Amino acid sequence: MNERIAPANTAVVSMDDITKTFPGVKALDRVRLDLYPGQVTALVGENGAGKSTTVKILTGIYKPDGGTIRIDGEAVKFTSPNDASDAGITAIHQETVLFDELSVAENIFIGHAPRTKMGLIDKGAMHRAARTLLEEIGAPFSSHTPLRDLGIASKHLVAIARALSVDARVVIMDEPTAALSHKEIEELYALVETLKAQGKAILFISHKFDEIFRIADRYTVFRDGAFVGDGMIADIDESALVTMMVGRSIDQIFPVRNTDTGEEVLRVEGYAHPTEFADIGFSLKRGEILGFYGLVGAGRSEFMQALFGITRPSAGTCTINGTARTIHSPADAVDAGIVYVPEDRGKQGAIIGLPIFQNITLPSLGRTSRKGFLQLAEEFALAREYSQRLDLRAASLDQDVGNLSGGNQQKVVIAKWLATQPQVIILDEPTKGIDIGSKAAVHEFMAELAAQGLSVIMVSSEIPEVIGMSDRVIVMRDGRIVAEIAGDALTPETLVRHAAGIGETRTLEEA
Amino acid sequence: MSMRSIPVRELILGGAILVLLALIAGRFPDFVAPGNLANVFNDTAPLIILALGQMVVIMTRCIDLSVAANLALTGMVVAMLNVAVPWLPIPVILAIAVLLGALMGAVNGLLVWKLAIPPIVVTLGTMTIFRGIIFLISDGKWVNSHEMSPAFTGFPRAEIFGLPVLSWTAIAAILVFAVMMARTPLGRSFFAVGGNPHAAVYTGIDVGKTQFLAFVLSGALAGLTGYLWVARYAVAYVDIAGGFELEVVAACVIGGISIAGGVGSVAGAVLGAIFLGVVKNALPVVNISPFWQLAISGSAILIAVAFNARAGRAKGRIILKSAEATS
Repeated sequence: MNERIAPANTAVVSMDDITKTFPGVKALDRVRLDLYPGQVTALVGENGAGKSTTVKILTGIYKPDGGTIRIDGEAVKFTSPNDASDAGITAIHQETVLFDELSVAENIFIGHAPRTKMGLIDKGAMHRAARTLLEEIGAPFSSHTPLRDLGIASKHLVAIARALSVDARVVIMDEPTAALSHKEIEELYALVETLKAQGKAILFISHKFDEIFRIADRYTVFRDGAFVGDGMIADIDESALVTMMVGRSIDQIFPVRNTDTGEEVLRVEGYAHPTEFADIGFSLKRGEILGFYGLVGAGRSEFMQALFGITRPSAGTCTINGTARTIHSPADAVDAGIVYVPEDRGKQGAIIGLPIFQNITLPSLGRTSRKGFLQLAEEFALAREYSQRLDLRAASLDQDVGNLSGGNQQKVVIAKWLATQPQVIILDEPTKGIDIGSKAAVHEFMAELAAQGLSVIMVSSEIPEVIGMSDRVIVMRDGRIVAEIAGDALTPETLVRHAAGIGETRTLEEA
Repeated sequence: MSMRSIPVRELILGGAILVLLALIAGRFPDFVAPGNLANVFNDTAPLIILALGQMVVIMTRCIDLSVAANLALTGMVVAMLNVAVPWLPIPVILAIAVLLGALMGAVNGLLVWKLAIPPIVVTLGTMTIFRGIIFLISDGKWVNSHEMSPAFTGFPRAEIFGLPVLSWTAIAAILVFAVMMARTPLGRSFFAVGGNPHAAVYTGIDVGKTQFLAFVLSGALAGLTGYLWVARYAVAYVDIAGGFELEVVAACVIGGISIAGGVGSVAGAVLGAIFLGVVKNALPVVNISPFWQLAISGSAILIAVAFNARAGRAKGRIILKSAEATS
């Protein structure tokens, strides 16, 4: 290792011209990223900018299609995550992957525990080493503590200790503060300082500008999978960084919509939950598309789940077409005319054991049965109507839904919801993880639904989509509504400012 | 199932049963005489009835190991009731058996639904508890045939159109379940809950309640079978139908009911039970040791599961195609 002789201004890791393509999506297009010893580099970009893909390449999970990765100036090729960790690169992920039933020391050393001569795990050595690591990062718990007894922040410390146990030179932190309280975040900052002092290169991924400006030394900005710029944090201010992040050529075209909306369909007042959100109130008009923007963990999906009856809010009223409705279960919500297409593909997915028509009619069985018996002919008719409207390609509606392509399965799911003749449809991240072409189709379809008089709530973290599709946007941060934006005020800058709490809104929070 | 394309799995299983019968007929033609086949069916009737109940439980991603103990406890209760109140009419006995069985099923269902205890643990516990209760109420004593009333023991054997009531009960259960699975919202929700519980929740189906109802159905059928069993063999004691729950689960697995949930059919459960019934009845006739019977049942389970696993594998691919690009 030539770590000592390398001057401090030489990058430990430098990625050059890295390209990665997935079917239909160019995730990274000739990006570059340099990490320096003893410095924190913030990787900044919107959702879909390619940050996570970069992390996965750097940790050997993905192989790049092109470009070079150099460590101490020497080109390397990672063929597995082990290669990356042998090279001293370690990552602490958004959701820490640890084992609740094992002790802290076992979690730190799982997979590379010190062994005795007999090949058994040397518990004494393991706990001694764990204790040293825990002291180093100032963790206030013993190496014998079972992991399940620790809170989220302490689990993070264990993950960090685990990262250090492999003698890491590069530590990647992917949104490490997303689930932490203020006090815990302060402790994490202190730890980052310790790591810096030890000469580790740190890649810090965050959406929160205050923390980027607080702890980062350098920044690198990606946009839409491409490198935009990098430099020293000291030489840039927040608004310049925001502009680099969102300033884009408009390459996505959104459907033109008639934005004349009708009378009020849904009114929500005072929705609250003990731990997840408070004071949510808004109104939704017929034929309107209402965007919900916010950072991950802002409480948008949590609120939607309460509105749909999956979780129970502690307070709040919901009025549909002038009638107050009590929603205690998803069945109540469907009855009231609200349907929810969740983000998770697995959750929103089709039910594989059932044929197409039965998937479509599942939430509408009340209407298609007589005296408690299903009327298959009526079910077929209903399914045919909606599958034709969505141009579903299938040999027969009696076919097993498992034999359909992914896109057609998605159509089955949407047909299922439209068949309930809802008033309000909630789409949670409707285009997450799908390619540009399919995105356009989804947008087209949303516009069509709204034109037909359906009111749409769209939860989305993609700024172009939020701006391109919404008539009005509600921004949430830390479980509360912080802004409602419409018309000319609807710009990427305002959205990012409100969501991240930059400028005027920050003083509001501290008051 | 409704108007699905050809149920391949059921056809194969039906074919296997026919081949088995043909093989036996070669050595022992009398076995396939209509009268004897009717006997085999009658002998398999309790297994068929219980397999139907187990089918809905397994389809909702649960398992009911307490069916045999439920059967034995209900059987003991109605037998003791018959001894104490011999004039009690059979319809009342039947109603008590079904209700008592359903009640025990409801206990299982509530523990799974409200306390979210894994079904295998719940029913392993209640299985032992039910057997224990039999011991407590009977003091470990047997209720023998001479203590039971002739009406009580005669009912399952009474013949209608040449078949005993026991067989007719199984046939009725098959028909009721066929209609329920194909033509009621409840039947549909068993598929949905087992096939994709998350999607079912978002569709407005209460997953826990559906599982509860599956346990109640399984319990009710176990109770019904409890009376029929005790009356047919004219004896009730602590250990009747000991270990029978595993045969019931085996019938379901052989019949293509997926342990992973969401896949299954009435025809499959019935054919699975009949397959085991034929093996059980034929082997003594062709003079093969009962140990072979166990080996054959075991092999049938493994073959059935391997077959279903292969059938299920092809489906996974389509869903995962674009999953990689998510990040």
